[in-house]
Amino acid sequence: MAREIYQAITDGILVGGVYALMAVGLTLIFGVLDIINIAQGVMVILGAYLSYELAARLHIDLFVGLLVTVPAMFVIGVVIQWAFIRPLRGRERVSMTLLVSYAVALIIEGILYESFGANTRVLSAWYVTSSVHVFGFYLPYIYLFGFALAVVLVVALYLLLYRTRFGRSVRATMQDETAARLVGIDTNRVAALTFGIGVAVTAAGGMVYGATSGGFNPNSGYDLISRLLAIIILGGLGSIGGALAASVFMLTLEALVDIWQPQWAIVVFYAALVLVLLIRPAGFFGAARGRTA
Amino acid sequence: MNRLAAAGLVAVLAVAVAFPFLFPSPVATNYGVYALIFVAVASAWNVFSGFSGYISLGHAVFFGSGAYALGIAARDWHIGGVGVFALLPLAAAVGALIAVPFGLVALRVRRHTFIVITIAVFFIFQLMAYNFSFTGGSSGLDAPFLSWQAATYNNPFYYIALACAVGMTAVAWLVRRSRFGLQLRAIRDDEDRARGLGVHAMRVKLTAFVLSGAVTALVGGVWFLYLTQVQPPSGFDPLFDLSVVLMAFLGGLGTVTGPVLGALIIEPGQLYLTVKFTNGYLSEILLGALFLVAVLFVPRGIIPTGGEWIRRLATRGKPAVQADAAGPSAPQAPDPAPAQEAST
Repeated sequence: MAREIYQAITDGILVGGVYALMAVGLTLIFGVLDIINIAQGVMVILGAYLSYELAARLHIDLFVGLLVTVPAMFVIGVVIQWAFIRPLRGRERVSMTLLVSYAVALIIEGILYESFGANTRVLSAWYVTSSVHVFGFYLPYIYLFGFALAVVLVVALYLLLYRTRFGRSVRATMQDETAARLVGIDTNRVAALTFGIGVAVTAAGGMVYGATSGGFNPNSGYDLISRLLAIIILGGLGSIGGALAASVFMLTLEALVDIWQPQWAIVVFYAALVLVLLIRPAGFFGAARGRTA
Repeated sequence: MNRLAAAGLVAVLAVAVAFPFLFPSPVATNYGVYALIFVAVASAWNVFSGFSGYISLGHAVFFGSGAYALGIAARDWHIGGVGVFALLPLAAAVGALIAVPFGLVALRVRRHTFIVITIAVFFIFQLMAYNFSFTGGSSGLDAPFLSWQAATYNNPFYYIALACAVGMTAVAWLVRRSRFGLQLRAIRDDEDRARGLGVHAMRVKLTAFVLSGAVTALVGGVWFLYLTQVQPPSGFDPLFDLSVVLMAFLGGLGTVTGPVLGALIIEPGQLYLTVKFTNGYLSEILLGALFLVAVLFVPRGIIPTGGEWIRRLATRGKPAVQADAAGPSAPQAPDPAPAQEAST
């Protein structure tokens, strides 16, 4: 029993790292643009399909392929922000941006179905199929590599946000958009680049997700986005540290419940969200925002 | 103008009542039943979300629960034949019962967080439908068999759906004109200020949520009897929420006729596309594209935007403000601010 619990905790932390990567993109987009990108889930799946195509057709290694897919997803993100999100203004902006991103998700999902069909695919490579033996556990290499990738990218994002001039303008925009504009920050540019970065990380997340989740198809985006939403709300919208903590917490919880009641594991996931919000409506790390929270 | 509106209303109702006689083929009435089901649901959604500004993406919870409540009651109490229609109020009661705790939890938070909570509750319900044994798991439930003639099978459903649609639209109209409706819209415009002015925000929001949920569940029951089956992904369908929101948005959020118009445009269109492109993916792409076009070009919906165009046409060539009104009485002139919507 104890052994299973340790295994579950290990899995929860490793998979949680990958979810953290995807959730950080989502919460960053929320922080800067004040929108929730419902399309994030299906974009992860799009990233997974891009990696799949590169691996299957051009025999490019999954990790090397990221050099292509991450910039590609960045460009897609910037274009979507420019074409559909930027023009929205006015009172209904919150709900409209949500619906726009939902529509984008539908379109991407439809295109994926048209191009790849509904069959489940799995990303495979030697490190997906073979395992390493550590402390009595068998762990597929991909879990370790994926976790390492997630850590590297989250650290890179952290450095970008807290150690560069661009990062300072992003944080300024998150705090107060009007004030940021007054001190000369081009908030439109910040918004476009942030959206691009938030979407770009889905390419990496998608690759690891595609290799670890045991198969994906265009419909997997719904399951993913609902988990990511639960994570970023639990962590406190716009809080990057909160997203990291909530990812690991939620995935570990799910892995633990999975030992006894596999079919209820995901329900516990959402029930935890509802319970936490009953006690603390702003999430773990969220700032209490009287008028908007 | 008022007489014209009344005449138009009577004409629309007459066409709606006569529709099964004008187009007696089951294919046509099938379109009618689905369109009216969605008129009722979009209108019910709008009474809560459109009026209060709390966008719910979890109304499929009520729709599916209504369907399941009916199916479970009919199975466990061995009710067959036409008697199942007597269970429809039960579906509504179940919807209301679910709406109370759901609302008490979700309505504590606002904006994005509220939307996400509704999505989370939606997934909890879908998973419960999969995992409990009394819901029939992934194979779902079947409705009792109705031994009606195939040629006119749809007609009773058509009239039930019509009654739901007309009833719900009338309720929406009444709510909009009432003190309760004003309180809801005050919450939408500025909840903190509304509370400061003495609106019991939670009570008002919860009442609207329960009303909306009960009607959605009732219509879910009708839908179940018509389709004769429900499975977890069809009863609790994320696309259901999206379609309903799109209908209300396209027609005009917070108006009475907007969701009706939106549903009458989108649901038949969606059905047609699904039939024409059997794989269904192309219709998904088109639905998404339509959504983008609607949001970018008629962001406030057809009814408010159209009303503005008509007003502009009607007042063309006339001065915006009468010369004698420009004096001291000018501030009393009605303010055509965007906040004031077409009240039709």
